Amino acid sequence: MNDSVSQFPPYREPDDSHGHDGHGDHGDHGHHEHFDPGFWSKYIFSTDHKVIGIQYGFTALCFLLFGFFLMLLMRWQIAHPGVPVPAIGPLLEKILGAPAAGGAISADLYNSFGAMHGTIMVFLGVVPLAFAAFGNYVVPLMIGAPDMCFPRVNMASYHAFFLGGVVMLVSFFIPGGAAQAGWTSYSPLATTIPTDGQAFWLIGMVLLITSSLLGAVNFIATIIQLRAPGMTWMRLPFFVWAQFVTAFLLLLAFPPLEAAGVLQLMDNLGHTSFFLPTGLAVGGQLAGRSGGGSPLLWQHLFWFLGHPEVYVLILPGMGIVAEVIANNARKPLWGYKSLVYSVLTVGFLSFIVWAHHMYLTGMGQRIATFFQATTMIISIPSVIILTCLFLSLWGGSIRINTPMLFALGFLPMFGIGGLTGLPLGLAAADLYLHDTYYVIAHFHYVVAPGTIFALFAGIYFWFPKMTGRKMNEFWGRVHFWCSFCFMNLVFMPMFAQGIKGMLRRMSDGAVNYSAAKVPNAIDTLPGNIMELNSWILWAAIGLGLAQIPFIVNLFYSISHGEKVTSDNPWNATTLDWQTPTPPPHGNFEHALHVVHGPYEYSAPGHPTDFTPQDEPLDLPGATPPPAVKPHTVH
Amino acid sequence: MEIPYTTEIRPDTGVYNAKLGIWLFLASEVMLFGALFSAYILLRVGAPPDMWPHGWLDVRFGTLNTILLALSAITTLLAWAACKVREFGKFRFFHGCTILLALTFLGIKSYEYHDKWIHYEIHLKDGTIADGHLVEQNDTEVVIHGRIVTDETKLYDLRAQKDIQLTELTIPRADIKAMENYAPRHNTFTAIYFTLTGLHALHILGGTCVIFYLWAFGGAMWRKDPERFTNRVEVSGLFWHFVDLVWIFLFPVLYLT
Repeated sequence: MNDSVSQFPPYREPDDSHGHDGHGDHGDHGHHEHFDPGFWSKYIFSTDHKVIGIQYGFTALCFLLFGFFLMLLMRWQIAHPGVPVPAIGPLLEKILGAPAAGGAISADLYNSFGAMHGTIMVFLGVVPLAFAAFGNYVVPLMIGAPDMCFPRVNMASYHAFFLGGVVMLVSFFIPGGAAQAGWTSYSPLATTIPTDGQAFWLIGMVLLITSSLLGAVNFIATIIQLRAPGMTWMRLPFFVWAQFVTAFLLLLAFPPLEAAGVLQLMDNLGHTSFFLPTGLAVGGQLAGRSGGGSPLLWQHLFWFLGHPEVYVLILPGMGIVAEVIANNARKPLWGYKSLVYSVLTVGFLSFIVWAHHMYLTGMGQRIATFFQATTMIISIPSVIILTCLFLSLWGGSIRINTPMLFALGFLPMFGIGGLTGLPLGLAAADLYLHDTYYVIAHFHYVVAPGTIFALFAGIYFWFPKMTGRKMNEFWGRVHFWCSFCFMNLVFMPMFAQGIKGMLRRMSDGAVNYSAAKVPNAIDTLPGNIMELNSWILWAAIGLGLAQIPFIVNLFYSISHGEKVTSDNPWNATTLDWQTPTPPPHGNFEHALHVVHGPYEYSAPGHPTDFTPQDEPLDLPGATPPPAVKPHTVH
Repeated sequence: MEIPYTTEIRPDTGVYNAKLGIWLFLASEVMLFGALFSAYILLRVGAPPDMWPHGWLDVRFGTLNTILLALSAITTLLAWAACKVREFGKFRFFHGCTILLALTFLGIKSYEYHDKWIHYEIHLKDGTIADGHLVEQNDTEVVIHGRIVTDETKLYDLRAQKDIQLTELTIPRADIKAMENYAPRHNTFTAIYFTLTGLHALHILGGTCVIFYLWAFGGAMWRKDPERFTNRVEVSGLFWHFVDLVWIFLFPVLYLT
């Protein structure tokens, strides 16, 4: 293998890889001190993958916070239906007008908050942060590349994303307000609600899809083309594999939603009937459409994206957790190959499970049975990944620090989210649980204490590389423990509410529903289940307060954090730590040659407990071991 | 800083960056049009059997457009080959042809759109339907060049109706119950027809812009780095071939069935 590796052409021009005194007439890499663009081209129109990563990260964190505030308002409405929102109620009325009359949240406003909370969290928060921000910053560093394959496409990707976000936000202020048909935008509801918010939503989505398309092409091409010499496929860090599969999911799953979006846009603006059935009546009147469309078609196209999207949300998180665990357990990941093949299998299978979101649509028992089977099958590689991560801890000398705490928190939280998904994958159980708070609890466990914990781990982990300073450890731990407790206090009760039958989209927190008494039938919603609504509200407020240490820590540490003393403060093995801190334009100061796998921690006989990927493993006074043989656990 | 493999081929993958990029982009495009064709199939299968229109589009125009795009595929290939043998003049000639062919295609497509846009189905108060192309209209009457049918299903399948007599009909506004042109909203067929061909036309337009850019402003890069320019021609050509291929599917699906 080494022979084929050494046949690679030199990665850099020879005169550039030796010494930095020769001013080559092309390129300025290695001479980053001469690279001094103005503010606009440095921070706004930058083509540097690291700046773009930070742009994505900052924007996505803002959107996450905004989506969280939408959720707080909704939780207030659920706990206290119709009661004006304290403190910011008048402000809401001033900004949004009639839908927030008297400072209270009307049903329409609740619906648009619900739709936009989902949209913002998924498409403008978690995906940009997990895939675009970490992917942009870390992947080229990890594979030893000077930048992404297509730097200008990368910039265009961020700008399309930003524009999409702006369109989404603007829709709050148009007459009728933002989209109200849920983040899934089911037709015909999405076409018949009298607001143009849905058109804004669709145009925003088209921009976001364009952005992720450009990003996905760039990531895949970068990982395939720009791996440093010696960085063979099985030497890629698991994070890179996770991003690679994620990019394929985005590349292939998003276009059907774009197609669906174009069709729904035609329905909304061109008055076609792609998703509107014949004889559709709205408000007791015939809708005056030609009909002949299929509401089920929208759901198929939407969930063809929607389910791979779930793995887009989770796989980068798993990748981050794998890196943090390997680094802090000081031993190689257990079952690296199993992890790689599992993540590939998950990626493939995620394309053929989408209709398990549609058991209740009457699409037919045979189709349901097929998707039930594939859904059960996809849980196998997911469990393998989680098991490998758990087993990687066994026998390690574990360092507990903030990134590690978040990574460790991820494991059981994602476990709860995953296991509670199994009943939803079985058609019979899903008929009962569908559209209840049980579903909400399930997927929030996967994404909120799951992915978002992984993202926090990643922020604390790579912050020293981005800034040259560490974030404060004490406040990091406060952030972790408070978030951990409140996350569970928020989402655990929802399982109980869902099992008791509380439906997820009721703007009055099920007050009317629970008041309905059917003679000789099971009581609808008992009082103690309804009481949980206010418990959750307080837990959610607590969760919000728990983020204050993080926000302050993040900004304070940029300029006042403890300075790192080396380029590799965590003693990590992967190439992202073999750069100057912060990495200059062009990343690496010397030519790289990768000689072994990504997780050579605690190699026996080696003077340090970590061996970077570009540092040979041969040990003093010993015969060199076969360089590429993965180090295994005994 | 220089990105490796922008022009030269990476030996172990066998491609340069942009070529891989365009293939990935085309994979995504396949999924986009694949989803739209799937939607077409689902909508058509779900339609009542005698309600799906046949023969609404003029096969002659469709055939002509198919030939135009096929020729443009050839000229695109020749333009790339001219770059390979370093003959810039030939490149400009062939891609000049490509641009003209593409614009002719769009011209014909626009004519077809216009033809549908002025085609009206008018429901009269006596229960019959007047159907034809608008000649003129004012506040009191509408003049169309068409025919009157008693049964709406007669308007759907035009393949079997060999000798349709079209005459100039003057219809007073007072007799009209409802009047609608063959715009996307008319029925599912026009909706999917306009959407599919419209999206395809946008792709043609985009491809033409790229090719025009290479044709008009490519000289500088040609003199500096002909290999890189040739790669650009190849990559844009790959996109162009894909767009042609989409039409090869659109033509039978919309015109011939």
